[in-house]
Amino acid sequence: MSNDNEQVFNEYVTAMVGGQLFGLPIRRVQDVFLPDRLTKVPLATPDIAGLINLRGRIVTLVDLAYRLGLSRRNETPMAIGVELAGESYGLLIDGVGEVMSLDAATLERNPINLDARLAAVSSGIYRLQEQLLLVLDVDRVLAIDTAAAA
Amino acid sequence: MDDLLREFVTETNESLDVVDVELVRFEQDPNNAVILNNIFRLVHTIKGTCGFLALPRLETLAHAAESLMGKFRDGLPATREAVTVILATIDRIKEILAALERDQAEPDGTDTDLIADLERIADSVQAAAPPPSAIARTEQALGRPLRAGEVSLDELERAFRDTPTDPQPARKPKPAPVEEKAKADPVKDEETAKAGAQSIRVTVDTIEQLMTMVSELVLTRNQLLEIVRRHDDSEFKAPLQRLSNVTAELQEGVMKTRMQPIGNAWQKFPRIIRDLSNDLGKEIELELQGAETELDRQVLDLIKDPLTHMLRNSADHGLETPAERRAAGKSPQGHIRLAAYHEGGQIIVQFSDDGRGLDTARIKAKAIAGGLITEVDAEKLNDAQIHKFIFAPGFSTAQTVTSVSGRGVGMDVVRSNIDEIGGTIDVKSVAGQGASFTIKIPLTLAIIAALIVDVAGDRFAIPQVAVVELVRARKGGDHRIERIKDTAVLRLRDKLLPLARLSRLLGMDGKDEIDGGFIVVTQVGSQTFGIVVDGVFHTEEIVVKPMSSKLRDIPMFSGNTILGDGSVIMIVDPNGVARSFGSTVVSQMAAAERAQPQLHEKADDDTTSLLMFRAGSSQPKAVPLSLITRLEEIDARKIELSNGRHMVQYRGQLMPLVSMTEAGVKHEGAQPLLVFSDGQRSMALVVDEIVDIVDDRLDIQVASATPGVLGSAVIKGSATEIIDVAHFLPLAFEDWFRRKDQTQRRRQHTVLLVDDSPFFRNMLIPVLQAAGYAVTAVGSAPEALALINQDRTFDVAITDIEMADMDGFELAEALRADPRCAAMPVIALSSQVSPELIERGRRAGLADYVAKFDRQGLIAALLEQAGIGDAA
Repeated sequence: MSNDNEQVFNEYVTAMVGGQLFGLPIRRVQDVFLPDRLTKVPLATPDIAGLINLRGRIVTLVDLAYRLGLSRRNETPMAIGVELAGESYGLLIDGVGEVMSLDAATLERNPINLDARLAAVSSGIYRLQEQLLLVLDVDRVLAIDTAAAA
Repeated sequence: MDDLLREFVTETNESLDVVDVELVRFEQDPNNAVILNNIFRLVHTIKGTCGFLALPRLETLAHAAESLMGKFRDGLPATREAVTVILATIDRIKEILAALERDQAEPDGTDTDLIADLERIADSVQAAAPPPSAIARTEQALGRPLRAGEVSLDELERAFRDTPTDPQPARKPKPAPVEEKAKADPVKDEETAKAGAQSIRVTVDTIEQLMTMVSELVLTRNQLLEIVRRHDDSEFKAPLQRLSNVTAELQEGVMKTRMQPIGNAWQKFPRIIRDLSNDLGKEIELELQGAETELDRQVLDLIKDPLTHMLRNSADHGLETPAERRAAGKSPQGHIRLAAYHEGGQIIVQFSDDGRGLDTARIKAKAIAGGLITEVDAEKLNDAQIHKFIFAPGFSTAQTVTSVSGRGVGMDVVRSNIDEIGGTIDVKSVAGQGASFTIKIPLTLAIIAALIVDVAGDRFAIPQVAVVELVRARKGGDHRIERIKDTAVLRLRDKLLPLARLSRLLGMDGKDEIDGGFIVVTQVGSQTFGIVVDGVFHTEEIVVKPMSSKLRDIPMFSGNTILGDGSVIMIVDPNGVARSFGSTVVSQMAAAERAQPQLHEKADDDTTSLLMFRAGSSQPKAVPLSLITRLEEIDARKIELSNGRHMVQYRGQLMPLVSMTEAGVKHEGAQPLLVFSDGQRSMALVVDEIVDIVDDRLDIQVASATPGVLGSAVIKGSATEIIDVAHFLPLAFEDWFRRKDQTQRRRQHTVLLVDDSPFFRNMLIPVLQAAGYAVTAVGSAPEALALINQDRTFDVAITDIEMADMDGFELAEALRADPRCAAMPVIALSSQVSPELIERGRRAGLADYVAKFDRQGLIAALLEQAGIGDAA
């Protein structure tokens, strides 16, 4: 981090949700998996898609598209496994892309006109050649959850 | 150094807890040198370690306390004041320890106040107590801040050690309970001392982690077992079995490491009670029983606070002041008893005091004021039901807020804490005699047995502890489902249970009708209710996993788990379901239940003795008791198959068995039978189980199309099939009729049967036929007279008395008046037999009067009247 070299690269696992490209800091990503045998949780808030058993751990799946106000494109979504406070979560996405290494200096602040729901969970954007990449703040994605549930 | 300090803090805290308890005991039993030595030793160790670790504040304090205790050994009376100061010192030491643990250093501050107190008391001895030599030195030591004192104290100690047997004779007889406790503890101390050499300290985290790993192992094992079950040729079977056994043992072992005696949770209680009796000016005796009862550490932690709270409550609100107690004719000393024991996989903690009991009137007033119940509904509740309101959220009855309890947290908080660990709490209170709380808590939270149920295609687990029984819900079934206002209720053995459809509670789509589902009868505390589910699979040991924090707000679930097949399912929280029934439903329930016995009383005048039994389905069946000759239970192996029919040798004869269902007879065990006899011939109905004999009104409400079933009647609150004996008798008597025909070729006697109830006609026809009569049955008196007018003749007439257009008496008079049949004897049947009626019958010309269902009586009357019939 405290490298003299000016260029600091951040690595992101990219994912598509509702046609938008997102990047998750690679250190936060535990794994990427295909959710199998999902157990729905009655009475849960709509952004909780359900629970699955991932190698003996119960993982709470968060419907990222719903959460971000986007419409999910893929009927058989994938999930990115993340952890927060010792609990395992899976963020449902339409598909996973390549891992990108991006120059931290090119990270821009969220445009003011960014959808409030997206702005709330994004810690900035990268202008890629063809599209924008929104950097997801995993903590905030999972944090607004409790606020919504309360 | 870090580790050393941490270990010191842990050990010292433990020692101090012991000192706390021991001091309170010592105060009560000042002559007990064993206790005193024990305290002295602990404080001395603390002091020594403090010196080694350079903790001056602690050392000074410990030293001053030790000095005072030394005085006790010299014969200084252990006054309340002295003990209070020492306890205060110990509290201060604990505070410093807490700071030490946090900041790794002693906090700033002085303890001159306490030290001054300690010295002052120690000094007072000098004036009062004789042995001055040793004291003079200690005194000196105390005057200086430590170091110098340490030396003299050691000397003092040596002096004590030199004369260890001295105080021994002093401790002898004491009140029994104290003696008992005193006896128990030294042993424990010895044990701990011995165990110390063979035990190691393991952090709780390590054990928790082990537990998690074992839980995973159990789940993986279950999954493997599931897989192997599907491939029966598998060579994995044997090793997997071994793995399974080892896993089970490992699980048990790890569970054991988590177990701690419940006494750990109430270790501080004697001290609390001592302080409370001081603060409140009450005399309180605390009795602790079953402190060695072990339970899971996690559970222990969670019940510590509720128990402490209840103790304070009891002392503060429950027990009266000595003056009040004397006025009430009780001993001035109040008594609080805590007892713990294992029962059925649970720990029962009983908490009772002999105080004033709960204030029913005030609770009621408060419940009404708080809007928990309306005044009208409250009037309908009995005391026990009102007492339950103390568990309602936001309820606290203390009129004045005291420092001891009543800070707005009340029994409702206790209850929610206990709910959280899947436990239950109930209260019984007798005004003026005290209150008693019963807490049931699970041994462990980690692994539980659960019933796996199906709700709208999804599976859920219901903790087995809460499940009382399973009932099949079927329309017109054995268990009636009724409605009280909007709540569906199940009438189960005279109890009304509110029903909740799980799919509705969980907001899932599902059929709304209860028909066809299963009712999981569930009990939480004293509340029993039915959870309606669509299907029931099996019971499985599940490892409870905490729910994600995102789901914890859902009150209907207590956790989740992974089943043997690898799928995740939610664990239903029976407490959450219980709370979904408002208090209004509960009170309505109570009102309806009270109304019930009155209904029965009203119906008493027209009842029939019925034998209730089960055969085939779970629905109860009934048959009038008077039709049955005997109830028998035979060894199923004695049942023989002869000519395609089941027979049994019964009293020297072959008795045919008739089965009501395809299920047929049992092949082993005891086979209950309903024996119908006629003279020497008998047949038996095969039943699954004889349930009960009840007196109830026989009122067939729903006729049945099923052969063998007359219809359904409500017997003791549940829909019951009334069995048509007439249908079954010929099944056994078929060959008997034939034989009879062969042996009795002579003219059959004819009987005219008049009864407006098809049930009785149906029942009596085969009975009479079986007795060898040719029966003509009609449904009314006019029909009977019409037959006579057609010049039909009968040997004897049997008539019911209570009939619509023309009763039995009128019929008898009419028959008597008709010359064609004036000689025909008329036998009356009635459900009511009284001397007046019999007299009336005689006047009407009735030949005999027989009670309905008295089959033997009827046959006898027929024999007598007609001089005919062939019973033999």
